[in-house]
Amino acid sequence: MDKIGLFVCTGCEIGKAIDVDALEEAGRDKGAKQFVKHACLCNPEGVALIQKAIDGGEVDAVAIAACSNRAKVAEFSFDRTKTPVERIALREQVVWTHPGGEEDTQMLAADLVRMGVAKVGRMTLPKKLDDTLDDTVLVVGGGLAGLTAANAAAGMGHPVVLVEKGEQLGGYMAGLKDVLPETPPYDRLHSNTVAALVKEVEASKQIKVLTRGTIKSITGQPGMFEVSLEANGVAQSFKAGAIVQATGSRPYDATKLGHLGYGKSPNVLTAQELDAQLGAGALKRPSDGKLPGRVLFVQCAGSRDANHLPYCSSECCATTLRQVAAIHRDHPEIECAVVYKDMRAPGQLEHFYLAVQSKPNSLFARGTIDEVQVKGDGLCARVKDSILGDELQLDADLVVLAVGMCPNSADGEAIRQVRDAKARIAKNESEEQVRQGKETVDKLGHHEGTEILNLVYRQGPDLPVLRYAFPDSHYICFPYETRRTGVYAAGTVRAPMDAAQATEDGFGAAMKAVQCISAAKRSEAVHPRAGDIGVAEFFLQRCTQCKRCTEECPFGTLNEDVKGTPEYNPWRCRRCGICLGSCPERIISFPDYSVDAIATAIKAMEVPDETEEKPRILAFLCENDALPALDEAAARGMKWNPWIRVIPVRCLGAINTVWIADSLSSGVDGVLMLGCKSGDDYQCHYIRGSELCKTRMTNVRETLSRLTLEPERVQIHEIGRNEFARIPEIFDAFAETITSVGPNPYKGF
Amino acid sequence: MSQPLMIVGAGIAGVTSAAEAAEAGREVILVEKDPSVGGRVLRSHHYFPKMCPPSCGMEINTRRLENNPRVTVKVRTTVKRAEPVGKGWRVTLERQPDYVNQNCTACGECSKVCPAKVPDPFNLKLSEVPAIRLPHGEAWPRRFVLDRTACPAGCTKCVEVCTYKAIDLDAKPTEETVEVSAVVLATGWRPYAKEKLVELGGGLYPDVIANVELERLTAPAGPTGGKILRPSNGQAPKKVAFVQCAGSRDRNHLPYCSAVCCLASLKQATYVKNQIPDAEVTIYYIDRRTPGRNEDVLTKTTALEGVRLVKGKVGKVTRRDDGTLALRVEDVDRGQLLEATADLVVLATGMVPNLADGALFGVERDPDGFGLDDLSRGLFVAGVARRPEDVAASVRDATGAAAKAIVAAGRSA
Repeated sequence: MDKIGLFVCTGCEIGKAIDVDALEEAGRDKGAKQFVKHACLCNPEGVALIQKAIDGGEVDAVAIAACSNRAKVAEFSFDRTKTPVERIALREQVVWTHPGGEEDTQMLAADLVRMGVAKVGRMTLPKKLDDTLDDTVLVVGGGLAGLTAANAAAGMGHPVVLVEKGEQLGGYMAGLKDVLPETPPYDRLHSNTVAALVKEVEASKQIKVLTRGTIKSITGQPGMFEVSLEANGVAQSFKAGAIVQATGSRPYDATKLGHLGYGKSPNVLTAQELDAQLGAGALKRPSDGKLPGRVLFVQCAGSRDANHLPYCSSECCATTLRQVAAIHRDHPEIECAVVYKDMRAPGQLEHFYLAVQSKPNSLFARGTIDEVQVKGDGLCARVKDSILGDELQLDADLVVLAVGMCPNSADGEAIRQVRDAKARIAKNESEEQVRQGKETVDKLGHHEGTEILNLVYRQGPDLPVLRYAFPDSHYICFPYETRRTGVYAAGTVRAPMDAAQATEDGFGAAMKAVQCISAAKRSEAVHPRAGDIGVAEFFLQRCTQCKRCTEECPFGTLNEDVKGTPEYNPWRCRRCGICLGSCPERIISFPDYSVDAIATAIKAMEVPDETEEKPRILAFLCENDALPALDEAAARGMKWNPWIRVIPVRCLGAINTVWIADSLSSGVDGVLMLGCKSGDDYQCHYIRGSELCKTRMTNVRETLSRLTLEPERVQIHEIGRNEFARIPEIFDAFAETITSVGPNPYKGF
Repeated sequence: MSQPLMIVGAGIAGVTSAAEAAEAGREVILVEKDPSVGGRVLRSHHYFPKMCPPSCGMEINTRRLENNPRVTVKVRTTVKRAEPVGKGWRVTLERQPDYVNQNCTACGECSKVCPAKVPDPFNLKLSEVPAIRLPHGEAWPRRFVLDRTACPAGCTKCVEVCTYKAIDLDAKPTEETVEVSAVVLATGWRPYAKEKLVELGGGLYPDVIANVELERLTAPAGPTGGKILRPSNGQAPKKVAFVQCAGSRDRNHLPYCSAVCCLASLKQATYVKNQIPDAEVTIYYIDRRTPGRNEDVLTKTTALEGVRLVKGKVGKVTRRDDGTLALRVEDVDRGQLLEATADLVVLATGMVPNLADGALFGVERDPDGFGLDDLSRGLFVAGVARRPEDVAASVRDATGAAAKAIVAAGRSA
């Protein structure tokens, strides 16, 4: 861009606090061809000035020195496909946070202008992606969530292929006679409507149902997945735009619950085995085929238990209530005793709980059962810590174990590790590698063969899973965000849930799948940079096949060719820039975010020499949380050290270490990085950004020590969006550190 | 182009429905009665189970709305009339007067000269703000708002100081009518009023606070700058009691379970322990309802030293002469009565659905007041207006509601 227009606002005290005219030279020095100042750039007159300059061809890039890029967004929303725009936050980063009229304040403003102008000059225009995209939604799994997703996607106008591994649709729910109440008055059983949903799906012209189906491979990316599968023994392949994985769950293996009598007596059933009896209308004691006199329900059988499933499966309490209600309806004379740790009937299920509990012949008692023994032709449970006493024996004719659910997921990352390890063993390059490979195979080998989606992705064939093997999203605010763009989990594979929730999940995942296709057609990224039209460019001539980008992309965007050269799949890309941060050759760029643009901005800073005693600090702030926190601190009138120059980044992971090296070699005294929390409860919206940044900084610190620079000169801080008060604390403390460490000895080199 | 969808309510559910539908190519009108979006979630300090600030996700969500040309956000706006037309709805919206118009740059000069103070609705009236101010620090849209009723007669100080002609004290309400293809009601909830829990000291004693108030007392932008203090004397509490099911699962109050209060209290117990490590925290509960992987929150909090969970229903809270609070707890398991003391009592009050706007659409409600979907009329309910649930469930629900609304609208982009 060689016709940069610099537009400076003098409103909001900017004109009073700094010498705006003096900024013209700073801007022109870095390539601004036009300099315009206005008393209120965001009003219609000010905006029109900029628009006119763009329309008239006077400028081909715009630097707006006014307020934060989070303010007046609608006003300054010029067409970014035609003109790069950079916002320079004179208001938040200079005027609101530093005393007016002072030399340091003026120097800060001039530096920010130099940096902004230099940066926008190095931006390029986004290229629109042009491909033929497919509208089809592939739904994997024909249980309640999958059926609902298929129906919803079809209802939104999309062709659907529904693949079910079994012979029939309906999943677990198909075998149930009664279901929980989902409509008022919530106090009685409802009849099961899954059969009707199956019929509707089977009758839909838009939905193609494939039973006895297994997926052989899925290649490609959102909008153009190529799916190969075998269904009813016939191989076929087709295109799909997005995928919903609704592969459900299986009950926890009750054979591990011998202490609760499972396997020791035929009269100890799982809740699922009881459901089979109730569905067939054949409640009985398996030992003699007679009706039981007393049924004992053992809640949390192997759940909320560090030795089995540490989590709660959410729906077992409700399932027990449903089963007790069904038994009492058909056989009011049977006594049902329920022993629970906590009765979990949230929301409106409370009404159902009360209704079931108040029936004669039902006994609900808090307590724990640690043993069920065979006693004659009956069973006897040892109950502790209950309302009935510290310890007692409870006899029963039939014991039902409310076992939890385990997701039918596949750990894509583990499978990939096993495959890599096997490849290393086969290569046989060194003993150590072979040993490590064998160790991995021993530890993770059991994951092989569990593949479901068979994605042909560098990072593994299935969705990465979180704790307890659920491929759920880590985000409370964004429950469908998986780490494979265009693939959304729904139903009990995603998280433990009941039928009502699984239905909602089907709708939700269908929404995301349809949305992903829609965004792809507009050449736009999906969450969290929804609407971003810039895609990465790889200057592959300089690629050294180091594989850092293909390894570190949190979303599995990149595949590798045989040599290890990255193959970019733009529709999988979320534009986080972590690949850009990872690349030692600096060959990855986005149109408005590149190593070159930011390096140019850094070089545009003026670094006074040592004798002036004006240290310079560069602060990279993640635009998701740290930068908004800074804006809020500024709006609240907080002040901080004037030596700091802020550069917004997409993510801490999108910081290329060359920027730090460049800064230090050009005499900058210290570099700060502020971003989101890493660790188990990470808040990084690109999952691994903060963590990767920390790892990379270990290398940077090694470089520092080689250059005999103090390690304190580079610091990372994690900060939450609401922790605005920490911004001045961190900035000022770092400035003090830099003062005590002394000037960068490389100044002036 | 098909008619837009309308989402009523811009809390986490409404914002989600709007953003999800708009990102799938649909036109959306998002209507919000408050001056900024975010609803109740922004008033929470942290979300469970990750203990992360709600403003983090809302930052992304507001950007989604702001950058999407298909979303129109109408704040300070309520539904005045709604009638079915064809397969959709004709809705008349009323917008509160634009005392502060779009010229506002959020520079803050007006707040500095404003002589009137009003209780801050964002901080649940626990502190005061100028009558003209930014709704709160994270507010989007970023425009000041004026509580005109608080203006002293004849005062025009804000108008005089505003160089952007952004303030018009004579602005009038405006009305517009739009036709939409389907409607999602995401009008949220309000806390069950602690004043109704007189037996638990609600409204009687300043040191008996509601769970939502503790969120504000912990938030850096809250009335105490994030310090948990006893309202009676401004001192840090040493003994904190959480009363679960305060007015919930109770025929005299809310018969249902609000599904989030157990986790909220377990989360809040960590707020107390983080700030006041030697504080004694006791949570009195009927059932510990932490479903799914949120069980981890129960496990983690229970493991903290100085945190006890006691099964028992608190029947009465009284104040003793020394200002501390006495709790009478019924241990339902053992049929015993326990006496306990605390210097701060937190009532885990439940959620009451807001569906006043829904009434104009004739939405069907269950006996507890929660709304029901009506596919045939293209009328859907999302979030806590539909069912008591936590944020993650609300978002799931609201994403699904967007799909339902698109299906009902019967068209595809």
